[in-house]
Amino acid sequence: MPAALDDFLWTYQSLIASLGVNGLLALSMYVVLAIGQLSLGQAAFMGVGAYASALLSLHTGLPFPLELAAAMLIPAAFALAIGAPTLRLSGVYLALATIGLGELLRIFLIQSDFTGGALGLSGIPAKAGFTLIYGCLAAATLALMLITRSRIGRAMEAIREDETAAAVSGVDLPRYKMTALVVSAMLAGLAGALNAHASSFIGPNDYGFDAAVTILSYALLGGVGSPFGSLAGALVLTLLPEILRPLQDFRLVVNGAIIVVAVLYMPHGLIPWRPLRIGARP
Amino acid sequence: MSAAPLLSIKGLTLRYGGLAAIEDFDLSVTEGALDALIGPNGAGKTSLFNLISGLTRQDEGEICLGGARIDRLSPSQRARRGLARTFQNLRLFAEMTAIENVLVGMHLHVGGSLIEILTRLGRFRKAERAAVEAARELLAFVGLSPSEYAPAGSLSYGDQRRLEIARALAAKPKLLLLDEPAAGMNPAETAALRLLLEKLRAQNISMLLVEHDMSLVMRLCDTITVLNFGRKIAEGPPDAVRADPAVMEAYLGVRGAAHVRGDSA
Amino acid sequence: MLLQQIINGIVAGSAYALFALGFTLTFGVLKIVNLTYGFYFSAGAYLALFATLHGAPITLALPFAAIAAGFIAVFLDSALLSRLRRQQAPELASLMVTLGATLFLYTGMTALIGSEIQRFPLGLIESAPFRFNGASISLTQIAIVMTAGLLAAGLIGVLRATRTGLAMRAMAENPQAGELMGIDTGAIMRRVSFLCGAIAGASGVLIGLEHNAITPYMGETMALKGFAVIILGGLGDVGGALIAGLLIGLLEALTAGYISSIYKDAVGFLLLVLTLWARPFGLFGRASVRRA
Ligand SMILES: Nc1ncnc2c1ncn2[C@@H]1O[C@H](COP(=O)(O)OP(=O)(O)OP(=O)(O)O)[C@@H](O)[C@H]1O
Ligand SMILES: [Mg+2]
Repeated sequence: MPAALDDFLWTYQSLIASLGVNGLLALSMYVVLAIGQLSLGQAAFMGVGAYASALLSLHTGLPFPLELAAAMLIPAAFALAIGAPTLRLSGVYLALATIGLGELLRIFLIQSDFTGGALGLSGIPAKAGFTLIYGCLAAATLALMLITRSRIGRAMEAIREDETAAAVSGVDLPRYKMTALVVSAMLAGLAGALNAHASSFIGPNDYGFDAAVTILSYALLGGVGSPFGSLAGALVLTLLPEILRPLQDFRLVVNGAIIVVAVLYMPHGLIPWRPLRIGARP
Repeated sequence: MSAAPLLSIKGLTLRYGGLAAIEDFDLSVTEGALDALIGPNGAGKTSLFNLISGLTRQDEGEICLGGARIDRLSPSQRARRGLARTFQNLRLFAEMTAIENVLVGMHLHVGGSLIEILTRLGRFRKAERAAVEAARELLAFVGLSPSEYAPAGSLSYGDQRRLEIARALAAKPKLLLLDEPAAGMNPAETAALRLLLEKLRAQNISMLLVEHDMSLVMRLCDTITVLNFGRKIAEGPPDAVRADPAVMEAYLGVRGAAHVRGDSA
Repeated sequence: MLLQQIINGIVAGSAYALFALGFTLTFGVLKIVNLTYGFYFSAGAYLALFATLHGAPITLALPFAAIAAGFIAVFLDSALLSRLRRQQAPELASLMVTLGATLFLYTGMTALIGSEIQRFPLGLIESAPFRFNGASISLTQIAIVMTAGLLAAGLIGVLRATRTGLAMRAMAENPQAGELMGIDTGAIMRRVSFLCGAIAGASGVLIGLEHNAITPYMGETMALKGFAVIILGGLGDVGGALIAGLLIGLLEALTAGYISSIYKDAVGFLLLVLTLWARPFGLFGRASVRRA
């Protein structure tokens, strides 16, 4: 590796890692928004994945891939439990229930000694390098892109536009919604585990309401027409505060404003690309 | 006539608060029939379609399709059993192109497992291409070939109605429910619609048609069922229904009074 | 000891109910979960603080804060939601807009006035508690309980017995039909927004007085509790919100007294999740799900 590049990577180590992690989080948000649902539990799913994998690393000798698997499966179980009662109701219920999940998790993490209480967990081994983070991100992007370009993606788009019409066309709404929520929980859990093993420290307040809304702003800024929109949103909103230092104190103000403006004035986001499906264009 | 009717409804009742939108309603549609369901505004026609397609659940009664109960199934399961419908207030996927709308209608028939999708194997491409080909044919069939790649929301009203029919047909239904397909169409479009319905009948697709355009109904349909305040008040061939005094009264009596109504689909 | 726990529970529960009344009413009539609602709570508390620091008695500061919060609510509603209503946008769009606005407003407010805890001037209100049977209750606490009860009764009365109330209920049933029947839906929406904003503002003042600790984020904490209350009571159900608020308050007080105060805050969310599992339309809601 050339020395200059090496220097660069060293200086911006944590920024580069968080770009990848935030990209995964944006994709996890995309999966839910793509079928017209709103989950405010992405941060909680991320927290569950982070804590699960960190505790496994600190207390067991499990191979890292197995820890990552656990970091995906445990949030998936939470998603099943939250989705089962709420997904058959109007979208408001999922949104509110996932907020509730986030708060329960935060209270639990702060109170429980096992999870390090308010101090969180530190000394998590740095097992997640750039290669792993970006490998996961690339694999997830590719998979989602291919799915968006298939009949599954078409059905997802149909649900987002009009779920009643999609249902009478034969799209199995409960199954699509549940699968989307579970997949998004797995992606967020993976992001959490990678983040924990890249930054070596996690705390109970990293996964609250503000984090959930920030993840939402990534996807809304970029647009949910394709996975690339959400990725672009994460990229912009992660880099912006680094480039414009004064913005850092107002990071959340900006995120909030972006959500308002995106929903009101740019429903297609920064990247209004439509998925390239076979036969969709002349 | 074959032994068992394609669609059979018994004792169907749906209440909204104190008001019964559908009350103790019976109906059967035989295979290959083109039947009509008429009635004044607010009579409960759309409510009945919503019950049959599974968007609302009945309070009482049963619905059978092809001899099997479907009234506890979800809308998509009913679609799988051969039910398709259009909507009175157009429900297209407005930002998707016309051809993509039809492709969504084909959802149940396009193959391709997740593995095939992720690897984009030949089988997947072949299935998608075949579906696109079939969708093109359907668009040609309803006369929308020139607008294949136009966003559905940008089409004219009449074209949107035809696109909805194409999307419903894409599911290869045994029974097609059409909710006021001629509403908002000009006479030329209505004439084209009539031809289309006749072609469908020739293909032996059973249809139940809700329509306010009486000349269309009288000319096309085999059996007419008349609904008023959620109850069946007459049933029979066009001539008999036309002559029925109860029908005259229902129409003349209620047409005058503007009905405030809420559409549920 | 038990008596004191129950009093604490009723006071806390009345506070939740008071806050949740406007929250659930917004949903009932306007059909949206308006997350900015918690902000009006914070705004009300700060406005009253501002007024009392400038010498106003609480009897003046309270109505001032309530009315001002009402106007803020009307303004935010028209700035954020009227456009979405015109487009008949999906309900989640309004939820997301108010979510973004909430983040913007709280963080903006913190940036402007800082996040330090602020307190009402001393002697603003009689602070010596009434004592009986070894238990005690303060004047503010009594005010909270009374206001919650009277307001709930008043709202139910307005909804049942007045023309405006009838129009609100008609709109809640079906906005388009309401419009057809000649109801000025815009005016009703403004009135509902004002009323809800004022309720949130007033409850901010009262609860701010009771805790005597005002922070920008007090509304967010309350809103999170509020979700549990309005879901448990049934979205849009005013009477349900009152009972659900009291229930959660009592359960929290008993949990704090007999199990551990650590788990007090989990009670609401646990109830929220359980409600969604067992009775998604609330304690008194319809059991049947008639939806696509
Ligand atoms: N979701 C609902 N809630 C309450 N009442 C409803 C609902 N949907 C329909 N209704 C009522 O049920 C009755 C039947 O309505 P429906 O839409 O089925 O009539 P329709 O025969 O299709 O009328 P039109 O010819 O005007 O389309 C009407 O009185 C209507 O107001
Ligand atoms: Mg109708």
